[in-house]
Amino acid sequence: MKKLVLLAVCMLASAMMYAGGYRVSLQGHKSLAMGHTGVALIDSSELVFFNPAGLVFLEDKLNVSGGAFGVFSDVVYQNETTGAFAQTDSPTGTPFYLYGSYQVTDWMAVGLGVYTPYGSSVAYEDDWAGSHLVNNIELAAIFIQPTVSFKISDVLSVGGGPIYVTGNVNFNRNLSRTLTDLEGNRSEVTIDATGVTNWGWTAGVMVRPSENLTIGANYRSEIILNADEADATFENIPNSPLTPFVDTKASASLPLPAEMTVGVSYKFCKKWTAAFDYNRAFWDVYESLDIDFENPNLTDSFNARNYKNASTVRFGLEYKATKMFTLRAGYYFDESPVQGGFFAPETPRNDSNGYTGGLTVNLSDRFQIDASFLYLHFKEVDASYDAYFENGVAAPFSGKYKSSAFVPGLGVTYKM
Amino acid sequence: MKNTFKYIALAAIAGFASCEPEFENTVTDAGFYDTGSADLSNYVALGNSLTAGFADGALYISGQENSYPNIMAGQFALAGVTTEFTQPLMNDDLGGLLLSGNQITDNRLVLAVGASGSPGPVTLEGEPSTDITSGLTGPFNNMGVPGAKSFHLSAPGYGNVAGVPVGAANPYYARFASSGTSTVVGDAASANPSFFSLWIGNNDILSFATSGGLGVDQTGNFDPTTYGPNDITDPNVFAGAYAGQLEALMAGGAEGIVFNLPDVTSIPYFTTVPYNALDARTNEDFAAQVPVLNATFAPLNQAFAFLGQPQRAITFNSTFQSAVIIKDESLVDLSAELTQVLIGGGLDAATATIFGQQFGQSRKATESDLLVLPSSSIIGQLNQERFDELVSFGVPAETAGQLSVNGITFPLEDQFVLIPTEQSSIEAANAAYNLVISQLADANDLILIDARAELAEIANTGIAYGGGVLTSEYVSGGAFSLDGVHPTPRGYAYIANLAIVAMNRKYGANIPTVEIGNYPTITVHNNTGN
Repeated sequence: MKKLVLLAVCMLASAMMYAGGYRVSLQGHKSLAMGHTGVALIDSSELVFFNPAGLVFLEDKLNVSGGAFGVFSDVVYQNETTGAFAQTDSPTGTPFYLYGSYQVTDWMAVGLGVYTPYGSSVAYEDDWAGSHLVNNIELAAIFIQPTVSFKISDVLSVGGGPIYVTGNVNFNRNLSRTLTDLEGNRSEVTIDATGVTNWGWTAGVMVRPSENLTIGANYRSEIILNADEADATFENIPNSPLTPFVDTKASASLPLPAEMTVGVSYKFCKKWTAAFDYNRAFWDVYESLDIDFENPNLTDSFNARNYKNASTVRFGLEYKATKMFTLRAGYYFDESPVQGGFFAPETPRNDSNGYTGGLTVNLSDRFQIDASFLYLHFKEVDASYDAYFENGVAAPFSGKYKSSAFVPGLGVTYKM
Repeated sequence: MKNTFKYIALAAIAGFASCEPEFENTVTDAGFYDTGSADLSNYVALGNSLTAGFADGALYISGQENSYPNIMAGQFALAGVTTEFTQPLMNDDLGGLLLSGNQITDNRLVLAVGASGSPGPVTLEGEPSTDITSGLTGPFNNMGVPGAKSFHLSAPGYGNVAGVPVGAANPYYARFASSGTSTVVGDAASANPSFFSLWIGNNDILSFATSGGLGVDQTGNFDPTTYGPNDITDPNVFAGAYAGQLEALMAGGAEGIVFNLPDVTSIPYFTTVPYNALDARTNEDFAAQVPVLNATFAPLNQAFAFLGQPQRAITFNSTFQSAVIIKDESLVDLSAELTQVLIGGGLDAATATIFGQQFGQSRKATESDLLVLPSSSIIGQLNQERFDELVSFGVPAETAGQLSVNGITFPLEDQFVLIPTEQSSIEAANAAYNLVISQLADANDLILIDARAELAEIANTGIAYGGGVLTSEYVSGGAFSLDGVHPTPRGYAYIANLAIVAMNRKYGANIPTVEIGNYPTITVHNNTGN
């Protein structure tokens, strides 16, 4: 029982994890346990996120699911030419979700979802070898999504809704590789923006050609977080007109890219369900992270990202073992949107393989406990960020990276 | 039910343990790097200001931390060397030295933006706290003593505080000398080095050079106790001192690395101020004066022509650059002849005498002359001393002022110009010293770093690194600090890399180098009130 308490405490820690860029694919325990498939799974109110069209096909009138994850994720970096070594000490992330749906009529269901599909939390040791690119970053975005789902026929439904996003970002880096004050303290800047909001939408369609086969498709729109009133705070700045860094407002925008998912699920041998999803995330919108300082004496900061669109393929399997236990397992391959030469240490992501598992415990007809885990495996990778310039000359930052993430989670489902 | 939770929790905890990412081969693992056949367990660096980490005209903590021996030792530590590399750190980042509370050396230079908006070096304000009478207890791994010449390292009493006020001892060594009669090399040897570096001899020519050749070339004089501070050391004296120091350092079987001596005239101290520093395009005051100046010098030029020395004529260009006027003490002194010819030409005797004195050994500078960095602030300025002198001769103030402009009407004095004969003396000594160093390196199986060739490359083409090109350009080049003589931390990092690469080759070692772009160059700072 003590261990359970420990787990719960860990999950209470704030902040979030990055994933495939800064996408955090942790939007439901049942789905995550099956490789984060779900666009064609008619199982729970997790459909609010995965495919609103399916809500109207749920058997129960009221479906509520909620849960949270503890993200234990770290990165190591080394440069074998110089012997530089760094290990992140990132705070534990706690993405969460809360979904509800209600069958209003035979042909319509409504729902509401609150979830956290984007986030990042990376903290290197201050003044590490890549500190001119990032010391630490925390990005968190909460999506709130009212939803409606219509049954067109017994084999076809559609659904969707608007999305309201509120996000925060805090980013710290050193101003250059060498600038210090008189005592040798590295000059640094912190950009902090809170309560940045915007709107987006989601829509999906679901087809059930037979009792056992379900096909789904879902699209979530791009949402750009425009931080117009961010605070830029400078520290350890030399007293010189040559370094005119004073605290100022800044604006920057961070895109949360659109995502298209298509998938299929198939029930077989009574107790088994297999699912396959394909995601395409339209990361090419993330060309550059530009910080525009309001103070005209300060040179704006341009940081090329040049992300490319990236795909994820997901497989999941569910086995209703007993009346009490449902077991799940899955796998996915997550393609990194980062291109060669643009591997920035604030989102140090190469391609990864995700291994998932989990179970549901039916405590009663109405009440379930859901548990899942994810182990995200990365190969070690030689990478560089070549788009950092000093006095107009490129100063590439390169080295070896290795990341890993372990994500256990716990949640509940209530239905009636 | 309880068991289920237990398993989940256990799985989670097992997960946390395996969650820490790890490389297949981590640079921090023992054996990833190694020191080969070299024993680096006790590295002692012997030398002068370059070894101490001197920069910006002073020794200060952050400069010392970026001394090349300290950078090297930091990389040795990555290769498994666990002993600490100790340095006689100053008390502060200001850099000035105190003798019983009185400041005896200046604080470091910083780059400040002046009232005119253009940046230039100024002395950092502040009360320094490093008093040489509060001694440190050595021995230290870094035995670099700013200002030391070759023979100083072997001179007993060079660290005697009592000798500092009279110039008989070195204030930096006085801080950490083991006794009032110890030698620097003796203290270094008593540390029992397992490995050493020696870079000495620069000041044996540099002080002559930076003084504009004020000193004497002592080649042929084998008694260094008779040398003045700005003299060139006799090569035999150098060789004797150098050989003795190597012997002392190697007495316990240590291996080591030696650096030869760069061409001192390629450093920014001598390459920043051009011989034709008077520029009518940018200096309007000067441009306006040119017609008057040329008219004033016309009779003098006629006299030079009459004396068969037309090349000594003084003329200025009103639209372009003009050479400054310098005093060349190697020229035949024509003072008396000039005075007579000018009187013959109708000039009054008093004025003719002054002209004769002033221009008897003068000429226009040529591109073979090297103007020292401090000349930049006095060229075109009134020479107060000469002005007062002329006024005392009874010359009207206005005329005295016109005849006292440094480099225009008052030839630049010896200490501001390194003329070709002086450069030849330096070059001859430099070549002789370097020959000694390479012969002794060969004879003792030591690594020789060709610092002369390396510095020439930095001065001529620059050295490209990730993020720029390291050059000898003053302020902007990155290699040299604001004193124009000593490297920046980035320059020292480059030197450390040269040594590490050579050691890897010689000893079959695998010691990582440093990224020189991560090391700072000059410090920008405006003193309060600037």
